[in-house]
Amino acid sequence: MSARVLVGVKRVIDYAVKIRVKPDKTGVVTDGVKHSMNPFCEIAIEEAVRLKEKKLIKEVIAVSCGPQQSQETIRTALAMGADRGIHVDVSGKDYENLGPLQVSKILAALAKKEDVRLIILGKQAIDDDCNQTGQMTAALLDWPQGTFASQVDFQEDSLKVEREIDGGLETIKIKMPAVVTADLRLNEPRYATLPNIMKAKKKKIDTVKPSDLGVDLSSQLEVLSVEEPSQRQAGVKVETVEDLIKKLRDSGRI
Amino acid sequence: FHCYTAKYALCQCLRLVKGLRKKCLPPILHVSRLNSSTSSSPVPRITTHYTVYPRDKDPRWEGISMERFADEADVIIVGAGPAGLSAAIHLKQLASEQGKELRVCVVEKASQIGAHTLSGACLEPKSLQELFPDWKERGAPLHTPVTEDKFGILTEKYRIPVPLLPGLPMRNHGNYIVRLGHLVRWLGEQAEQLGVELYPGYAASEVLFHEDGSVKGIATNDVGIAKDGSPKEVFERGMELHAKITIFSEGCHGHLAKQLYKKFNLREKCEPQTYAIGLKELWIVDEKKWKPGKIEHTVGWPLDRHSYGGSFVYHLNEGEPLVAIGFVVGLDYQNPYLSPFREFQRWKHHPAIAPTLEGGHRIAYGARALNEGGFQSIPRLTFPGGLLIGCSPGFMNVPKIKGTHTAIKSGMLAAETIFQKITDENFHSETAGVHLPEYEENLQNSWIWKELYAVRNIRPSCHTALGVYGGMIYTGIFYWIFRGKEPWTLKHKGLDAHQLKPAKDCTPIEYPKPDGKISFDLLSSVALSGTNHEHDQPAHLTLMDDSVPVNKNLSIYDGPEQRFCPAGVYEFVPVETGDGQKLQINAQNCVHCKTCDIKDPSQNINWVVPEGGGGPAYNGM
Repeated sequence: MSARVLVGVKRVIDYAVKIRVKPDKTGVVTDGVKHSMNPFCEIAIEEAVRLKEKKLIKEVIAVSCGPQQSQETIRTALAMGADRGIHVDVSGKDYENLGPLQVSKILAALAKKEDVRLIILGKQAIDDDCNQTGQMTAALLDWPQGTFASQVDFQEDSLKVEREIDGGLETIKIKMPAVVTADLRLNEPRYATLPNIMKAKKKKIDTVKPSDLGVDLSSQLEVLSVEEPSQRQAGVKVETVEDLIKKLRDSGRI
Repeated sequence: FHCYTAKYALCQCLRLVKGLRKKCLPPILHVSRLNSSTSSSPVPRITTHYTVYPRDKDPRWEGISMERFADEADVIIVGAGPAGLSAAIHLKQLASEQGKELRVCVVEKASQIGAHTLSGACLEPKSLQELFPDWKERGAPLHTPVTEDKFGILTEKYRIPVPLLPGLPMRNHGNYIVRLGHLVRWLGEQAEQLGVELYPGYAASEVLFHEDGSVKGIATNDVGIAKDGSPKEVFERGMELHAKITIFSEGCHGHLAKQLYKKFNLREKCEPQTYAIGLKELWIVDEKKWKPGKIEHTVGWPLDRHSYGGSFVYHLNEGEPLVAIGFVVGLDYQNPYLSPFREFQRWKHHPAIAPTLEGGHRIAYGARALNEGGFQSIPRLTFPGGLLIGCSPGFMNVPKIKGTHTAIKSGMLAAETIFQKITDENFHSETAGVHLPEYEENLQNSWIWKELYAVRNIRPSCHTALGVYGGMIYTGIFYWIFRGKEPWTLKHKGLDAHQLKPAKDCTPIEYPKPDGKISFDLLSSVALSGTNHEHDQPAHLTLMDDSVPVNKNLSIYDGPEQRFCPAGVYEFVPVETGDGQKLQINAQNCVHCKTCDIKDPSQNINWVVPEGGGGPAYNGM
């Protein structure tokens, strides 16, 4: 199979870190904070590398959109088995405005440029929880999509995707080229071990600008302010039903 | 901002599913201790780590390939802290000056450089100045020169000021308040620019030896071992890194250094190291209370005069009104009911301290052990194939509470000595791993030795009936006047682990409940350290004997590990059936402070390194 697979990987704040809102309320503090690859993106890379190991596809390309540090995330993907990386350089105000619509435009442009047959993404990123990029990318390319995948079977020109949905599991058959988004139970990602990190230093990472791809990064959304969730108010214990009714009346609830 | 709660729920979901993946425990669930005299019921199996239960005898590991990929460098450095990075940088500086090629590799267990670094810190810049005379132009994060320096003795309600006369070790004129994690991160960037190969996220878990017994290098940690010690599908062996010489800079009480002391008998002529635990928080305070450049130290309350310890409050000058506060407790304390974490929390309520924190909020928490042994506890530093630098052997100037400047200098001295030897074509080593006793000689001729010698008697002088105040009097007479030239050298008390008195001879301490504004509970503090470990791996806090925690630590000392651990790793919980308690080890909470390995009265806990990348996620601590 001579297919190429594009995998998107996002650099996000590590899930175990306690985030803090910036004093000017424009966002969260990211400077010096521990970042790592989005867990769902790890699962996506693992799936692509497994397909390559089964010789069902030819090449895995890892893509990340962001500032210079995104290259670390691409290196981890390379260490897990991706063949080469593409760093789409977005920083400053453009990076603050970078959302699913902008990223999916970039991925669609790259998919056409690199002649890709399959795009595998994580189902959502743990920092914004949007769950939109996979779906938007498929729409822009007019490709079928298999989202929330917990199992992917490669068949000649199509994919059998088992999806996790609210009611249970749904199995669909989609023609390639297609977009698949990875859910938690798709696989257990391998570790990026040291010999592979050393080898990954020799693998290529190309840097491109969104303008090179003809993508307009303007956003229709403007973040007005970012705040912490309000402190949970202490509850009040009451002894009897009459007390409860009285309290509800007093606060104007009934 | 619903993303936050959804993300939290997702993380819990992730943790739960990752937990569900683990295989069922093997049938060997209970280990009967036939010769246990105090308990006849089976002891639940706690430790599953392969350092206690070797894999070559374990049937689950039959047929698993244990081969390792190996690579060679000129010098390997374990630990990317101030000492390790300074050694790497200086090696590359010397190589480039003299037109030689050197491959220098640094392995570091933290996921990013600086994430496991925790210190006050007040830096004396003299060794940084030697390493980078142009540190300012290069943008080193030394933004806060010390402007004000205060010292006081606290009683329960008052503060007695102590004048800091010139010449006293605590004076900080000319020094900088730094966030050491950020300085270490900056050193890492300088190192990478010079061509040092930095590998954060990979822990050195094993020392490798040549056939002649000299050190060959290290091996990084294996990955993909399940919690019960069996191999997972993603199991992969660590990698071997070989070098002519390996520098061990693991910081205070390193786990590989512990093995090396035994193997090469490095501690036969020195006193055992004695330690303290330092707990630290970062606070954003009300701007009116913020005095950038101000340093305050206290001793006294809430510790009694026999428990060594004290506090620091450092006002940083980096844009926002940030204050670093911390509390240090000497680990030679005797009362097993003492909890360093709770002493720290209650100290914050003192009328001299609380006003600074009122109206502010806490943004970070962490803890780390530090050396208190000074001159008397410095071991032999070199052995065939390797050497020790930084806080690992321990060059901290205890009364000054500064060890970073000596760590940096020791790294530079190591680099100079190594560079000279391995680029000398006429040098032929007797052993396969190079032995460099010249490093030790050079160190003894440097200012590190003179400085540590001059203050050597201050810490041990606190062991008299006058306690800490005796130490202050001694400092006043013998250091301030006589500059440490007295002809005698006082001794320490022995191993910290042996200083605990049985619980029945001590009174429990009544600690106040945290108020949630100035003082806090342990679990919310641990969450702020950002610490996490892959859940499905053997606990890295290994017990040599699983029956000892309940039979000895709990019965004689009332389980001091549940109090001295600043991360709530050790909990005594009721057993499922019947009476009695068992030890539960919450390895995921560990912040890698090493206190348990130091203070366990049975010396039964052996801290080994978990999978690389795990541990705290400190940011500029």
